[in-house]
Amino acid sequence: MPQVSMTVNGRPIKADVEGRTLLVQLLREKLGLTGTHVGCDTSQCGACVVHVDGKSAKSCTLLAAQLDGANITTIEGLAGADGKLHPMQEAFRDNHGLQCGFCTPGMVMSAVDLAKTNPNASEHEIREWLEGNICRCTGYHNIVKSIQAGAAAMQAAK
Amino acid sequence: MAAANGAGRILAGGTDLLVQMRAGVVAPGAIVDVKRIAEMTTIVEELGGFRIGAAVSAAVIGEHERLAQAWPGVVEAVNLIGSKQVQGRASAGGNLCNASPAADSGPALVAAGAMLTIQGPKGRRDLPVEKLHAGPGRTTLEPGELIVSIVLPPRPARSGDAYLRLIPRTEMDIAVVGCGVSLAFEGDVCTSARVGLGAVAPTVLLVGDAASALIGSRLEPDAIARAAAACRAACRPIDDKRGTIAYRTKIAGVLLARATAIAAQRARSH
Repeated sequence: MPQVSMTVNGRPIKADVEGRTLLVQLLREKLGLTGTHVGCDTSQCGACVVHVDGKSAKSCTLLAAQLDGANITTIEGLAGADGKLHPMQEAFRDNHGLQCGFCTPGMVMSAVDLAKTNPNASEHEIREWLEGNICRCTGYHNIVKSIQAGAAAMQAAK
Repeated sequence: MAAANGAGRILAGGTDLLVQMRAGVVAPGAIVDVKRIAEMTTIVEELGGFRIGAAVSAAVIGEHERLAQAWPGVVEAVNLIGSKQVQGRASAGGNLCNASPAADSGPALVAAGAMLTIQGPKGRRDLPVEKLHAGPGRTTLEPGELIVSIVLPPRPARSGDAYLRLIPRTEMDIAVVGCGVSLAFEGDVCTSARVGLGAVAPTVLLVGDAASALIGSRLEPDAIARAAAACRAACRPIDDKRGTIAYRTKIAGVLLARATAIAAQRARSH
């Protein structure tokens, strides 16, 4: 069984994985990081989005064995050590950017990547960026509002 | 790959392979990850053009400013593969090897005149990208061969390219028709042209007759009309839930005209 080492939320980890083990399985089942969700299992819905070396990616479509040496950030890695929410998480709470919450981890991780890539994204650009994140509750309106507010807060916090 | 005896599969971004494995469509005997091979994961400027590693992700291609300046059509095509999060992993080389006739990278790379550097047990060879596909899901690669890099030629002044696709939604969809156009001008006269069409035949098409109609013209309406007619004549599409034969054929001509206009506009400012 191959052994992989990677950094997950700033913490170095080592794990034995089967060749077929997906990143999301490693995160949820071995590391107990169940904030990353599995929705469709086929890279459509985006509930499983994490950051791999700073770029958003769907963890249901990545083999853990591929990621030896990678730097992974999950939804659990966004808040501060003191539990203070990340500005994007605050913005989702303040703007009612979620209802059932299932898609939210992926939405927030995608949103943080967008805010880093394009800090002044327009509403249209935000909606385009969310093409790979599906939400069945909100109709996206408050998610877009949350991301606008979160991106502004991230810039202000710099 | 040799040890897998034909049952091996190359893993680049994995955005096709893993989904196909999860769906039970393929069951590889071995998977070889190529994302640690330096020449397959870097973009280098070479001989005035670009050599793009076959496993470079679409996101990295999209962030390469000089590449986007020289070949905006290729970059926009690669950045239509899947969603943003898929583009963080998916590669142009993988998109080509998946060999979907509707893949977005194909028509733009065919129009660009891209050459593939292929490595196999017998050594290296070069292959024009339009010769890669043998049919839906099938390539002309020999067992054990893989694409190492994609070479884009130098861009002269007053040249430009563009890729357009028609989809019924606004995002995250498979092309009903895709069209790539690459043009170069001297003064107002078009001196070279290449046209690639996707999703209208079992493989991506290089439409020589459409290029011939544009070369030597000043892109007058009748030249565009002849090029559009050549595109329609080249179509051998299927009827499916995305579009009928008649619709796809008609749209091929429409996209040719629109993509040509964008490529010409870019050439004027390049």
